[in-house]
Amino acid sequence: MPNLLIELFSEEIPARMQRRAAEDLKKLITNGMVDAGLTYAGAAAFSTPRRLTLAVEDVLSESPTVREERKGPRVDAPEKAIEGFLRGALLSKDQLEVRDEKKGQVYFATIEKPGRPAADIIAEVLEHAIRNFPWPKSMRWGSGALRWVRPLHSIICVLSDDMDATVVPVNIDGIESGNQTMGHRFMSSGAPITVSGFDDYAALLKKEHVILDPEERAQMIWQDATNIAFASGLDVVEDAGLLAEASGLVEWPVVLMGEIDQEFLELPPEVLQTSMREHQKFFSVSGPKSGKITRFITVANRETADQGATILAGNQKVLSARLADAKFFWENDLRVAQNDGLTAWTARLENVTFHNKLGSQKDRIDRIIALAGDLTIATSADAGLTQKAAGVAKADLSSEMVYEFPELQGLMGRYYAEAAGLEQEVANACEQHWQPLGPSDDVPTEAVSATVALADKLDTLCGFWAIDEKPTGSKDPFALRRAALGVIRLVLENQIRLPLLKAAVEHMARFANAENASAVASDLLGFFHDRLKVYLRDRGIPHDVIDACVAMDGNDDIALLVKRAEALSEFLASEDGENLVQGFRRANNILTQAEEKDGVEYSFGADVKFAETDEERVLFGALETQGPKIDAAMQAEDFAAAMGAMAALRAPVDAFFEAVQVNSDNEIVRRNRLNLLSQVRNTCARVADLGRIEAA
Amino acid sequence: MTIEKPKSFQEIILRLQNYWAAKGCAVLQPYDMEVGAGTFHPATTLRALGTKPWAAAYVQPSRRPTDGRYGENPNRLQHYYQYQVLIKPSPPDLQELYLGSLAAIGIDMALHDIRFVEDDWESPTLGAWGLGWEVWCDGMEVSQFTYFQQVGGHDCHPVSGELTYGLERLAMYVLGVDHVMDMPFNNPNAPIALKYGDVFKQTEQEYARWNFDVANTEVLLRHFEEAEAECQAILDQEHIDPKTSKRIIMAHPAYDQCIKASHIFNLLDARGVISVTERQAYIGRVRGLAKKCADAFVLTEAGGYTA
Repeated sequence: MPNLLIELFSEEIPARMQRRAAEDLKKLITNGMVDAGLTYAGAAAFSTPRRLTLAVEDVLSESPTVREERKGPRVDAPEKAIEGFLRGALLSKDQLEVRDEKKGQVYFATIEKPGRPAADIIAEVLEHAIRNFPWPKSMRWGSGALRWVRPLHSIICVLSDDMDATVVPVNIDGIESGNQTMGHRFMSSGAPITVSGFDDYAALLKKEHVILDPEERAQMIWQDATNIAFASGLDVVEDAGLLAEASGLVEWPVVLMGEIDQEFLELPPEVLQTSMREHQKFFSVSGPKSGKITRFITVANRETADQGATILAGNQKVLSARLADAKFFWENDLRVAQNDGLTAWTARLENVTFHNKLGSQKDRIDRIIALAGDLTIATSADAGLTQKAAGVAKADLSSEMVYEFPELQGLMGRYYAEAAGLEQEVANACEQHWQPLGPSDDVPTEAVSATVALADKLDTLCGFWAIDEKPTGSKDPFALRRAALGVIRLVLENQIRLPLLKAAVEHMARFANAENASAVASDLLGFFHDRLKVYLRDRGIPHDVIDACVAMDGNDDIALLVKRAEALSEFLASEDGENLVQGFRRANNILTQAEEKDGVEYSFGADVKFAETDEERVLFGALETQGPKIDAAMQAEDFAAAMGAMAALRAPVDAFFEAVQVNSDNEIVRRNRLNLLSQVRNTCARVADLGRIEAA
Repeated sequence: MTIEKPKSFQEIILRLQNYWAAKGCAVLQPYDMEVGAGTFHPATTLRALGTKPWAAAYVQPSRRPTDGRYGENPNRLQHYYQYQVLIKPSPPDLQELYLGSLAAIGIDMALHDIRFVEDDWESPTLGAWGLGWEVWCDGMEVSQFTYFQQVGGHDCHPVSGELTYGLERLAMYVLGVDHVMDMPFNNPNAPIALKYGDVFKQTEQEYARWNFDVANTEVLLRHFEEAEAECQAILDQEHIDPKTSKRIIMAHPAYDQCIKASHIFNLLDARGVISVTERQAYIGRVRGLAKKCADAFVLTEAGGYTA
């Protein structure tokens, strides 16, 4: 069976888009082929800065013939209906078959779709893929209307088997498919390469200095980089993102190592690394023991007669100019921090807008200071230090270094707070109050940092809720989901007992435009509960368990809520728990039916003296002994103990349903039994709203 | 192919002029107004609009008041030069043409590492954007390479290819100079050899002082308003000139006022009298003018209008 080779050759594709684009090409082409009946054995996609390539193995040489049977109108149906059916089936009346059905004689059509040659299908699918390619950003060029990520120059589309290779003809806005491509922009001979299939394509490209597979290029880069560093007794600082990007910037990687000027080695290592990475796409090279960054590695796209000496010298020069800037910022910032402290920077944030409806960064900081002060009651952090930390935590946004490298915010704050002689807790809060930045990021544990982090996130959430800028669908421009998850993780991992509703309502008053504070805060609490469900689901706690706990009082205290949910989840996993919930459900069903039928609520008055059976009496006894135990455990917030006490009801409840017929002919006995079941229901409901637990 | 290395700043400019002239571009002269970048020259901004083919190359002195460093910084200047090429429609071999220009100024492709690194261009003041790259030579950005998609809010049909070279930086690299003021301006063996500093060190100081501390902000604010009003007034005129009875739409005179407003905004910015929130509003006002000028230009003959 034939193999298919497609190459789309263009001007330089942004590195960050290449891999995704190769996968998209694979998906679009193979899905399109399969939809048309053209199956295949395997497919692989590749990318370089100038090309997307797809190789598909063992493609059917034509799609199979398909027979489809269609049921039509009855023979005595109006002529219009029959005509319509014929039009749809592309048949004439004498080609139809008449069959006897229950409702009378009915027309049937058998439509045969003949198979089509692979080349026809591939040409269509390829054209569709090119015209509808999901580039994050695309453009037009010249006088054409075609859109591609950058100008598209040529297309290879070749079907080949052992015998021969044929070009699948495609013409897209004047770009005609063929069997030729170009090698490396600078290192190849410059003559077009003619190919007959994937094997010679990849081999010929390599000869013309193009490594087709991005993984192979990345491996070459990493191998050469670690070797070259090792030879000098040094380590390359790992950076998977940079490695992927570097492999997307070259077709023929050549690794070169250079020195960093002595005068820059005293800069914080993060500054060196960020500057080299962001501006120059250099890897950092550090001493194995000290971890101090002393050299860099750059990846060039070619070999040269001088072994890269000119290239390295140029790169070194650019780096020195960049680091001279960084050093200039660092020294200026240190001078400000040492002379004026960080409060001067905070004051300058008055002129920086946070959000046009939420005021300046300074306004934001003032709110965070106040809120952080309130929160110290819950977090037991030192109030004075916490408010001091909140006041300077974002000061570094005014620094020159953070202006230049926004990704260093927080970290620079810590350096500058230390330089200003502030307490270590305050300095740490400058860095850590931004955390956690994602589900896998660390949560600050020092009381001051945790409190400021909590205040920062709550302020953001309250603010955007107050101005009704909530996340919708996939849109969350202010990262509010991340902020809510941050709050959840902060209170859970630090066991902070904080009634969020009250805190939110009170904080809303600090916004100029907050109306309906309590309604807005309730809505925000619902958002927290949604995020909590996602968070706990990943930890194996199903959503109905959380619902059963959210329905209880005190549901704005996330730490308490989770404690309850964990205990309930564990209880439900036990045999006692599972059975008790079944018993509860049965009791609940019987009660609900009876209550509906009788139009009354059976809620009190059960009396052991009307009990007729031992099973009833045992259940009365169990409720009497376990009730107070459950209450006491609940009082102490010991949910596990409460569930344990509840588990003791399981046997009597089971025995009751086994032996006792609730609907007695004696109305007094019946009512007494219903009231007894009501006690069971109420006792269970003290722990969680078990009615929300879904049947397994 | 090894080409002899140029010896001076001006030789690099002359070689670029000759190269692009040989490739068929009209070699234009700088626009006679203060602009922030070569893109502001009407030969780029306006000519990128409409359907008529165009090919132009020129040097454009550019001013960025906030970048002034009193001539002390090795590569920051408030007044510098850009070399600008605009070809419409963008030819299929524009990348090769561009690489040829680097070879022409003495960059040996066999020794250097040239890379096209993603960089999308956007000018909020011109309401313009395009996709392309910054071109790296051994890790240094030497040019901006852009396919214009929109200018003044209008989609570009056909698309222009724009090349912008930062001349001082490129020349410093080619000539191996570390401080811009040390760069030979003319031939270093000339009887009167001049360095870049001999020509511009003093003016950098003078303008830095004026830009940062002396420029009269009240006057500037008034000039901004006046330029804005004049631009609008020009565009409000009837298309038919009552004196000659000819159809004369004054897109260029109106655009001059837009350029003026843009530069005044830059000066006010350097004087530090524009707050962060006001900044956006000013940029929006200049963009409003640029859009109206673009609207007017596409109604002119040069903009592709046919009666």
